[in-house]
Amino acid sequence: MHMADALISPEVGGAMWAVTAGLVAWSAKKLKEDPDEGRIPLMGVLGAFIFAAQMINFSIPATGSSGHLGGGMILAALLGPYAAFLTLASVLVVQALFFADGGLLALGCNIFNMGFFTCFVAYPLIYRLIAGTGRNRNRILAASVLSSAAALQLGAFSVVLQTVASGISALPFGTFVLLMQPIHLAIGIVEGFVTAGVILFVLKARPEVLEAAGDRTRLRGVSLRTVLAGLAAAAVLTGGVLSWFASAYPDGLEWSIAKTTGSEELASPGEGIHSTLAGLQEKTAILPDYGFRAGSGDDGAAEASEEAAWPNPDMGTTVSGLAGGAMTLALAGLIGFALRRSAGARK
Amino acid sequence: MSGSIERNLSALAETSDAPGSGMVKSLDPRAKILVTLMFVVAVTSFGKYEVSRLMPFALYPAAMAGLSGVSPGRVLKRTLIAAPFILLVGLFNPLFDRAPLLRIGPLVLTGGWMSFFSIIARSFLAVSAAVLLVFTTRFDSLCLGLERLGTPRVFVVQLLFLWRYIVLFMEEARRMVRAHTLRSWGNRPKISPKVFVSMTGTLLLRTLDRAGRVYRAMRARGFEGEIRMLRPLSFSPSRDGLFLLVWGGYFLVCRLVNLPEFLFRAAAGP
Repeated sequence: MHMADALISPEVGGAMWAVTAGLVAWSAKKLKEDPDEGRIPLMGVLGAFIFAAQMINFSIPATGSSGHLGGGMILAALLGPYAAFLTLASVLVVQALFFADGGLLALGCNIFNMGFFTCFVAYPLIYRLIAGTGRNRNRILAASVLSSAAALQLGAFSVVLQTVASGISALPFGTFVLLMQPIHLAIGIVEGFVTAGVILFVLKARPEVLEAAGDRTRLRGVSLRTVLAGLAAAAVLTGGVLSWFASAYPDGLEWSIAKTTGSEELASPGEGIHSTLAGLQEKTAILPDYGFRAGSGDDGAAEASEEAAWPNPDMGTTVSGLAGGAMTLALAGLIGFALRRSAGARK
Repeated sequence: MSGSIERNLSALAETSDAPGSGMVKSLDPRAKILVTLMFVVAVTSFGKYEVSRLMPFALYPAAMAGLSGVSPGRVLKRTLIAAPFILLVGLFNPLFDRAPLLRIGPLVLTGGWMSFFSIIARSFLAVSAAVLLVFTTRFDSLCLGLERLGTPRVFVVQLLFLWRYIVLFMEEARRMVRAHTLRSWGNRPKISPKVFVSMTGTLLLRTLDRAGRVYRAMRARGFEGEIRMLRPLSFSPSRDGLFLLVWGGYFLVCRLVNLPEFLFRAAAGP
């Protein structure tokens, strides 16, 4: 579920960064109000525990595939929502930096998708309500499965929304939802059973651990109201940023930049010929940079008229783009190589 | 299986060596963090069909690798880790976006393929910039930089703690998996969910015990909830400011001017 930088736009990534930064600051503030020095090393080692546990793969019965723990709900049950959110966020930062698991711009999205829904939605509103503070095995099992499944469903749906809003992937919304939600329902149920197993194991082996955790996880201030406020802030910020970009630059950033720099752009296709290709023409409007050849390959007539309407310069532009790109890349590599040589010589 | 633990451990060991040397390593972490973020934002801000104009951005990772002496092979290896996921999602583009976009002789490229190549280029650039940031910066100075840039103290302390214990716990997990493998019959014995639960539960109990010991040890040494760091950061305008300005300016130029086109025109002559 880790999103990568290659698939998101700066607007979506930036908006989610802002939301996540707010959540981190809020959680940090909440922890400060409730000082418990013992919690700091506990958060650190539990983060490392999650890391290690995620690397142990187990076989999923009757499927032949294997899975691993996510661990968010275990953290929330042991640490409470704020500390768990910060711990999960720190795990995601380290994963992004050291394991190329999720991008830097996508970090805000990833922390939100995996941390927010687990710690501030599924934990207080589902897990806590069903499991309570008692030791009823069935309640813990039901709470774990339902909350894990809900957290993963919300997270997966959020991934879909962010990806579609970014517009880099061509996956249509419906297809993407149909791909993501069922898979994550299965993952969520497995995660729930494993989470319940681990919590029950601890409960059996050392019940006092969870009692101590119960003190720590007393809910202060996480109510439906704050959760809804957080979600609303995310929605408003994302929507606001997106619509601002959309209205300021109707055809993408490219367009406005071309206008301001006055750089050579392709002439827009002639109107008459394209009347039958209205759908494709819409596309040409958002592709100002390339020699766009509208018309499908099997449509001979359209091809022929295309040739007439589209004289050679277009081809020149596209070829120059490709060749120039290759030249630039080679140049960049050469400069890097030269810097390496000179850095080596200086040593 | 345990292979992934081994791989991750070696990846961590490789990174924490922070082999980058000289000028790049001595730069203020704040400058490097900001330049990396500007780079990622600039790269991702192009339209979905853009490929050639992303190429000038390769100068940054190339120059950073060149200056710091980090081998390009290692950077490349890291960027490949992210590749399977990117390929999986990216390959839907040629499937869904079939409008022809570009023709070179008999070869017709659809919009889907162009955006697919664009995704690959973005992924490569963004990941290599992040990898070079951690290859050329010690984790504690990275955290110090994050704190000075406004990250809440609790979060920075959490990152430092996490960092200290990751290797320890990964080794613990590796020992458990290895012990399980040795006790099991057959090749590559799989861990059943039941075994996994008790394994993870045990690891968790050990974790909690360790947290208690760590806490008492830290209290004994005067810990009051904060990690104090002795090495102050100094942002030198002539070194870090220049670094920030030069790269920021270069990214801006790459974003606004079509450099590859310019280069091609210049090379092709009038």
